[in-house]
Amino acid sequence: MDGKVYVVTSGKGGVGKTTTVANLGTGLAKFGKKVALIDADIGLRNLDVVLGLENRIVYDIVDVVEKKCRQEQALIKDKRYSSLYLLPAAQTRDKTAVSPKQMGELIAQLKKEFDYVIIDSPAGIEQGFKNAIAGADEAIVVTTPEVSAVRDADRIVGMLEAEGLSDPELIINRVRIDMMRRGNMMNIEDMVEILAIQLLGIVPEDERIVVSTNTGEPIILTESAQAGQAFWNITKRLEGEDVPLMSLEEGVVDRLKRFVGLK
Amino acid sequence: MIELMKGMFNKDELQSKDLAKERLRLVLVHDRIGVSPEVIEDMKEELIEVISKYLEIDESGLEMELDRQENSVALVANIPVKHLKKR
Repeated sequence: MDGKVYVVTSGKGGVGKTTTVANLGTGLAKFGKKVALIDADIGLRNLDVVLGLENRIVYDIVDVVEKKCRQEQALIKDKRYSSLYLLPAAQTRDKTAVSPKQMGELIAQLKKEFDYVIIDSPAGIEQGFKNAIAGADEAIVVTTPEVSAVRDADRIVGMLEAEGLSDPELIINRVRIDMMRRGNMMNIEDMVEILAIQLLGIVPEDERIVVSTNTGEPIILTESAQAGQAFWNITKRLEGEDVPLMSLEEGVVDRLKRFVGLK
Repeated sequence: MIELMKGMFNKDELQSKDLAKERLRLVLVHDRIGVSPEVIEDMKEELIEVISKYLEIDESGLEMELDRQENSVALVANIPVKHLKKR
């Protein structure tokens, strides 16, 4: 049976698409699934550094579609999980180097061999985005609780629907519980209502994400981190488990810390 | 801590999340049908012209906006009439 193909997209840049792809890919591999991550952001390669695999790249996605190498030569095996692979973007080419048709063929090939293929889409709504969604069966839209990001997410939802990806799911990233409580950040329910799509998960803002990018170790491997826990919950939902949304209430310890001024 | 106390006492004030939600709603109504607020304004001017031929209306009290309910968008106009023009 063919694997599932997800495209992770957002419209606006900097909301956490690449972080999401790296973490869900790592999570699914930890689950024992065979996963291929595709960096479709040609010219702005980044998924490799987030995964800590930047030193292992020999061939890239453009080499594969131009038949300069075989597909398996370009797929880089993850350091931590042997069932996780990365197909890196080309760094010296532009978004026109791969056509939607070529992308479709590549994905069709990959999904025969993998349980999951996850495509990291570039920001924007131009050719790069159209290429990234070409072979996908399902879409995940990432946003943050800001007017600009939600607006762009809405635009992307419309474009996905026009391309036949009719039921995209939503991840709200960089959620700040303290700001929501003070009324200075839109509520989860408000955003879900406005965008009118299914919520796949919420990820709290966590400074350890920056640390994890520094070291090239996805946060999902740090079990004590809230954001890691959130990505793990989403992974389980992708695998069909019914996991309740992460509680937005602060723990007693957090509240105490804030009370004495530590937070 | 001060922020926390502010949060406790300022509940009645308009919170910025509500403003965000309202602005977003409005901007999305226009985005979704691909009509800018400026076009609506032009349309309003023209409508006033046409209606004024038949009715004397209160232009200052005229309201016209796009409204979204569930999956449909409606153009809602409220046009106060002063007098019927005698023809």
